[in-house]
Amino acid sequence: MSDSAYYDPADLAKFSTMGEFAPQLWERFMSYYGAVFEEGALTAREKALIALAVAHAVQCPYCIDAYTNSCLEKGCDQEQLTEAVHVACAIRGGASLVHGVQCKNIAGKLEL
Amino acid sequence: MASALLADNEAPGGCLPFALRLEQEGCAEHLVAASQLETMQLNITSRCNLQCRHCHIEAGPSRFDEMDRATMDAALDVFAGGGFGTLDITGGAPELNESYERLVTEGAARAKRVMTRTNLVVLTLPQHRHLPALWAELGVEVVCSLPHYEQRNTERQRGPAVFEAAIEGLKALNAQGYGLVSGKVLNIVSNPGGAFLPPAQAAAEREFRTRLSERHGVCFDHLLTITNNPVGRFGGFLEDKGILSDYLARLYASFNPQAAAGIMCRTQVSVAPDGRLYDCDFNQAAGLPLRFERGDLLIQDVAQRMAQNGATAGMALLAGRSIRVGQHCYACTAGAGSSCGGATA
Repeated sequence: MSDSAYYDPADLAKFSTMGEFAPQLWERFMSYYGAVFEEGALTAREKALIALAVAHAVQCPYCIDAYTNSCLEKGCDQEQLTEAVHVACAIRGGASLVHGVQCKNIAGKLEL
Repeated sequence: MASALLADNEAPGGCLPFALRLEQEGCAEHLVAASQLETMQLNITSRCNLQCRHCHIEAGPSRFDEMDRATMDAALDVFAGGGFGTLDITGGAPELNESYERLVTEGAARAKRVMTRTNLVVLTLPQHRHLPALWAELGVEVVCSLPHYEQRNTERQRGPAVFEAAIEGLKALNAQGYGLVSGKVLNIVSNPGGAFLPPAQAAAEREFRTRLSERHGVCFDHLLTITNNPVGRFGGFLEDKGILSDYLARLYASFNPQAAAGIMCRTQVSVAPDGRLYDCDFNQAAGLPLRFERGDLLIQDVAQRMAQNGATAGMALLAGRSIRVGQHCYACTAGAGSSCGGATA
């Protein structure tokens, strides 16, 4: 592990070590994870783009790395990747903004 | 040269040499060529009107090596005598070899199946505009390269003003009945636009078909996805970016035993412009020729052995041979596999 940063790209390859002390939970998680990303009503490519957007929303550098690669390997180009990031950005921004209604409600109740 | 870094005994950290990995996976028998070879690939020039960034042959306008007629004749003799089924004509841009039309015509007369590879753009040059009609007349299959259906993605690899010319080339082929389920086969080869694996072939084919049809009214039969091989110009790109080891590690981590069973070198031989023989044209780019008693094995050696001792004796130099390998071979065994005919697993 790097001494100078919390996030080390090499740690992504060590993800499976999370199974060391809870192997059954790890196996169940991975089985579920694999099933989620299989082709279904959504294509594997659509799921990868959703994952990329979510990765940006939760700001996970490992997921951003993994799903940028995954999207490229599923034939997406940078225009499509960027649009997916904007979807995350719009939802995050919109989520903040829509909470402004609560702010307005409270202020409206208190103001003369 | 990237190839110097890719000798099979110089695997990057943690990666086994290719031959050892196959042994470990229990599939070392795949490193022996079949007793009956199917495909002879003729690389008849490294000259090309384009200079693509991913080209493992490092083809371009400044390359002038050309297969001469005598070498072509020797290759056709070995093809016929050795019972090959498919003649695969490639380059560079094979159309630029001055004996190209003679080769394709004689090949069509002698082979069950002739494939010619084209970059499409060359078909828009005045001296080559007649070729789609000639191919249609001879019943030649066309394998064209088009990395992507988006102009910017294709031109990032192949250079400016290439995309529209490629579409014009596709339209000229469609006009001759190619790609229209008419029996005149038109396949597109697509390779990734960087250091990552290609998409699933069937999914990419659906995408290409929709986009090319809707936007350009262009049809084709099948899309063949090919993994970028870390040799030649693409190897140089990886080195310049400092990501050669990362890319090799990605190929290594994506090793697929099923793809290893389908590697194309088991059933083919590749002939370079100078007549040297290789297991495939990636080995050609990596400088790994087949060996013979005096040094490198030439197609003329095989033709001579056939003439003197019979076809079986000649083919004994190629059939059942040990395949030469390097770290670049992991490109053909990664993911869904890769070959000049697309995915293999």
